[in-house]
Amino acid sequence: MGHEPIRSLELRGITKRFPGILACDHIDLSVGEHSVRALVGENGAGKTTLMNILMGLYQPDEGRILLNGSEVRFRSPNDAFDHGIGMVHQHFMLVQNMTVAENVALGMKSSHRPFRLDIGAVRKRILEVSERHDLPVNPDALVWQLSVGEQQRVELVKTLCLGARFLILDEPTSALTPQETDELIALLSKMSSELSIVFISHKLHEVKALSDTVSILRRGRIVFEGRTEDQTPADLAALMTGHDVELPRVDSGGAERPVGTGMLSIRELCVKGDRGNLALDGVTLDIAPGEIVGLAGVSGNGQREFAEALNGLRGVDSGSILLDGAQIAGRCAGAVIGEGMGYIPEDRNTEGIVPSFSVRENLVLKDIGGEPWSKAGFLRLGAIADNANDLKERFDIRCPTTDTAAGSLSGGNIQKVILARELARGPKALVAVYPTRGLDMGAEEFIHKQLLARRSEGVAILLISEELEEIMNLSDRIAVIYKGKILKVVPGKDASKRSLGLLMAGVVDE
Amino acid sequence: MNAGSFVLNILILGVPFSVALLLAALGETINQRAGIFNLGCEGIMAMGAFVAFLPPFFMAGTPQAPFANLIGLVLAIVVGALLGILFALVVVTFRAPQGIAGIGLQMLGWGVAGTLFRHYVGGVTGVAGIAAFPIPGLSRIPVLGQILFNHNPLVYLAFLLVPVFWYVLFKTPWGLKVRAVGTYPRAADSLGIPVARVRYQALALGGAMAGLAGAYLSLAQAKMFADDLIAGRGFIAVALVYFGRWNPVGVMVGALLFSLAQALQLSIQVAGIDFPYEFAVMLPYVLVIVVLALVRKARMVGPTELGKPFDREQRV
Ligand SMILES: Nc1ncnc2c1ncn2[C@@H]1O[C@H](COP(=O)(O)OP(=O)(O)O)[C@@H](O)[C@H]1O
Ligand SMILES: [Mg+2]
Repeated sequence: MGHEPIRSLELRGITKRFPGILACDHIDLSVGEHSVRALVGENGAGKTTLMNILMGLYQPDEGRILLNGSEVRFRSPNDAFDHGIGMVHQHFMLVQNMTVAENVALGMKSSHRPFRLDIGAVRKRILEVSERHDLPVNPDALVWQLSVGEQQRVELVKTLCLGARFLILDEPTSALTPQETDELIALLSKMSSELSIVFISHKLHEVKALSDTVSILRRGRIVFEGRTEDQTPADLAALMTGHDVELPRVDSGGAERPVGTGMLSIRELCVKGDRGNLALDGVTLDIAPGEIVGLAGVSGNGQREFAEALNGLRGVDSGSILLDGAQIAGRCAGAVIGEGMGYIPEDRNTEGIVPSFSVRENLVLKDIGGEPWSKAGFLRLGAIADNANDLKERFDIRCPTTDTAAGSLSGGNIQKVILARELARGPKALVAVYPTRGLDMGAEEFIHKQLLARRSEGVAILLISEELEEIMNLSDRIAVIYKGKILKVVPGKDASKRSLGLLMAGVVDE
Repeated sequence: MNAGSFVLNILILGVPFSVALLLAALGETINQRAGIFNLGCEGIMAMGAFVAFLPPFFMAGTPQAPFANLIGLVLAIVVGALLGILFALVVVTFRAPQGIAGIGLQMLGWGVAGTLFRHYVGGVTGVAGIAAFPIPGLSRIPVLGQILFNHNPLVYLAFLLVPVFWYVLFKTPWGLKVRAVGTYPRAADSLGIPVARVRYQALALGGAMAGLAGAYLSLAQAKMFADDLIAGRGFIAVALVYFGRWNPVGVMVGALLFSLAQALQLSIQVAGIDFPYEFAVMLPYVLVIVVLALVRKARMVGPTELGKPFDREQRV
């Protein structure tokens, strides 16, 4: 193992093509010792691809990597580890049914004795690292039993245990709660005195808080490089997308709506969770036509069960849900869709689309059996293709063709496919669950604008989110959920981050 | 015949019956832990049974005859491993659908073994086969000795391999890699584990075990070869792996349960108990189906990527 310190790492002219896509286009990037370089760019800009090349997971079509001035070639991640480079991937790379120690051992080749896995040595190393960097983990816990935040910590510990002195973090905060994110950022800035870090994120305030220098990637090219402190988040967003980004805000100064005329009217709803616990405990909420109600809360307080019950994906214990006067509680998903419900689900890859189906098929999935997409049991392929081209244009879906498998698109574009499908059906009500999670600012802006446009067309929208900023920007009213109960509903214009934060923690001031 | 000796008889019969299933299922456990189910197990067993049968058949009466069984076993293991590697070429390198490829391998092994047998051997002929080897001392223990320690050496070997496989799977670096590539190959890949190579190794081992299982049938159990010698045991072995939740110990329990049911079935017939013969024969198979239907979904235990090819640059 090369223990030579990494004084500089340079990528020169890195180019990588995928079928139909130039993912990295002659990229130059250099990182010095003990510094944090932020790498930002829209979804699909090529950040992950570039870092996978640096790790030896992908081979570049062109270009060189220089370490301390001399050229290196990484044929597999082992080569990168040997030079002290480690990466926390965008999606967790943890084997769920193994323990934390086993996951670390998988990469720690020194624990691989001829006929025995030296799990004791691995455990010791984990405890050393976790103590040194103040990252508490239990080596004997099974990964699937850990929360998302804990798993992120395990990823970090694992990478450090493998001897990383140059750390690549690919969107490490996108799955974390705001509190977990703050902790991670604090931790990383402490670690940056000993390590070099490449930090990828869409959240520009994180970039501002953590990084020394920033590189902006757009469609496979570096379009900007400079010191972070010289740029405002708005500057960065504009450079990233190529135009000024301004997140829209709702204008709910208008008259108070009379209560009880909900388009979506929920009464005393009780729903069981997966473990038979009472996940929703008597929720009552009304959403008027043309109103956005934000549901704020730390995730895991019943949001998922609520969204599923509203969309016929989960049984209802008691209570009622009226959509434009029709009872939909406990009915099947097809019936709920038929009544005019739209749904942007939490997990876009498994619930929102069929990944192996093409974009155009996914766009008509909810109405595939009827006019106008099929006739007499045959698909009308022409109409389906025309529809896809039209929606691709209107919703700015970036894909090589509408025949591409939807699962191969970037997160932002998958979300646009879902949004296009749901909105094109002209729903009466829409449930949007974490609609911008993991997306870049350009995509976020687009989705927010779309939600507000539907609001003015009279759609009743329930927006479930953890991002207070998003909720406060968009909501006419904000309901705070805690342990399956709505603690309080406040008008959006009266809400402050502080008061909402307290409510989300279960503190009701009276 | 009294009830006591009826039960004893079932146990004495059941233990050696389970060996072919156990050997094949242990190998299949490794395959599936690495993410690949090999439905071709049946075909590999047929080939193993056939090649193992050849040396004792042709060497009978020669001075080398005492080594014939050993040569047969080694041949079966080598041929089995080679077929496992062939299967790996098809499903790992060329990423063919595993179910279809497995059925193909099953038919290939069965067909080739049968054809060569008719061509070179002809009619059904017995061989001396592997003799029983009662373990000195232990085999004299009343009842238990008869059930456990009065068999041919392959029986002992098979049961000794249960803890060995358990150890390999859960306590060695290679076992760790096998489990990782079957559950989350992308994670293994990100840590520099060569996914394809580990899967090749697992399939070679699984094939060797299936070959050995076939050899057990022709050399130790039936002491002959015939076209339908395997009689679906390869498929039962695949089912036993699910039943045993990908754990060698569970697989052993399943193999014993199934073969005890089979021994019961035989005993019922032999004892002339008034019970429809067809139902008796069905018994073990029905048992497997019922148990499989009752086994709870083992989401957090088994290889979750079972049956899926891995391609680093494939995103869907
Ligand atoms: N394995 C792959 N096969 C085909 N296309 C890919 C693959 N990986 C990435 N791409 C494409 O390359 C581009 C860059 O992707 P990626 O590096 O994941 O972007 P980012 O991490 O910046 O969101 C995208 O257009 C994406 O669709
Ligand atoms: Mg990415």
